[in-house]
Amino acid sequence: MLNRRTILKGSSALAAGLSPLTALADTVTLPFGNGERPLVKYPQKRPMIGLTSRPPQLETPFSVFNENVITPNDAFFVRYHLANIPLEIDPDTYTIDIKGKVDKPVKLTLAALKRMASVEIVAVNQCSGNSRGFSEPRVPGGQSANGAMGNARWRGVPLKTVLAQAGVQSGAKQVVFNGLDTPVIDKTPDFVKALEIDHATDGEVMLAYQMNGQDLPMLNGFPVRLVVPGYYGTYWIKHLSEITVIDTVFDGFWMKSAYRIPDTENASIEPGTAPKATVPIGRFNVRSFVTSLASGAKVTAGTTTLKGIAFDGGTGIKEVAVSIDDGKTWTPAKLGTDLGKYSFREWTLPVTLAAGAHVLKVRATSNGGKVQPDKAGWNPPGYMRNVIETYTVTAA
Amino acid sequence: MKRIALPVLSAALVACGLLAGLTVSAKPVTYTLPEETAAFKPGPNLDVVQGNCGSCHSSDYVLTQPKGAKFGKDFWQAEVTKMITVFGAPIEPGDVPKIVDYLTATY
Repeated sequence: MLNRRTILKGSSALAAGLSPLTALADTVTLPFGNGERPLVKYPQKRPMIGLTSRPPQLETPFSVFNENVITPNDAFFVRYHLANIPLEIDPDTYTIDIKGKVDKPVKLTLAALKRMASVEIVAVNQCSGNSRGFSEPRVPGGQSANGAMGNARWRGVPLKTVLAQAGVQSGAKQVVFNGLDTPVIDKTPDFVKALEIDHATDGEVMLAYQMNGQDLPMLNGFPVRLVVPGYYGTYWIKHLSEITVIDTVFDGFWMKSAYRIPDTENASIEPGTAPKATVPIGRFNVRSFVTSLASGAKVTAGTTTLKGIAFDGGTGIKEVAVSIDDGKTWTPAKLGTDLGKYSFREWTLPVTLAAGAHVLKVRATSNGGKVQPDKAGWNPPGYMRNVIETYTVTAA
Repeated sequence: MKRIALPVLSAALVACGLLAGLTVSAKPVTYTLPEETAAFKPGPNLDVVQGNCGSCHSSDYVLTQPKGAKFGKDFWQAEVTKMITVFGAPIEPGDVPKIVDYLTATY
């Protein structure tokens, strides 16, 4: 039976749903200097951590990752670069132009795309600068904590199928992607990205029109976005409008100058120095988190089941180990259901914590043999943080 | 809460289904962004900053940058230069020091 308390909770949730533009007075403080952020409410989204408003950049509150290994659409992070974002899209007239070094240029309508044989993949999307706010020394850029990532079930058509319809010509080298978002002034480089032809036609890169069984939310790329499993979000072009096959290496600003990492082990260099050579950012490195508690939490002394997530750039998770003694000893956790090598992998481990303070750590190893480092790497743009996470908790 | 939400949700789904059934072609999907509440803080040359920086991005891009010795005048000078040379901001040369002074003094 419903009790009074349930009804009150329900009605306040409904009231909140009816006034989506109401600014929330709440703020959150991310655990680094100058980390105060407003909690903001956007249409199709629950209250999110507001990084910037024009263009919108919204971070997922980390507690969301403890709810489900799949990140709900209304909590999925948002990242744009240019402020002219599409606010009106007609699905009936929306087309994707497939052109360049192809035999037969195609204007692909949304309806035609949806008639093609579709596939589904569970894949993490993570911003290159996820966790940038923790860089030490600090670096400029969007100061995110760990919530610029999410895991969704994407449905769409492999790019390979779409390109085959147009007929890729021999000598093709790269495929270039553009979306409907544009710069405010003409001189600002449009946000355009490229993938190598072999990558673009690997059968995994996808034109996704559904996210967790629903249309994509507008701010996550409605009606079609590129899904590049295992690769950083910079390649996952939203509101995809142009696919151009080229026989050269694309030299636009967002490939040639931005989103580049040092050409070193784990993209890391001596803090405060400049890289000798850089390459475009690519696959995720391996990461893991505790989701069932945050650093600073108070827990009941005795047995507590820790829960969390782990993922990497596409080899899958081999092991997650947990330490409750500041890294001296490690115990393997139990891995949850395998939703595929590109998905978050849930893990759980019951631990016994005596009364007092404890330092917990979680460390993932990928099937590719990579292990999270115990010391954070560093690079000037603050990309690819994957240090072993540490949680200080007090049991009482 | 679930038990309350479900009937409401199914009623909404029925309504949507009816609408979809009656409409021959779908309407454009529109999205309304919340009103921008972030504003540049008061400071010297505020109008110059609002006109130049604020035409392409909101003030929180500035507000959320790290603080500290490394994020002083040289940092802001480099940021303004990047906006001009990389992102093509049409900032008058005479306005550059005004913007740098404002950013250094205010953030």
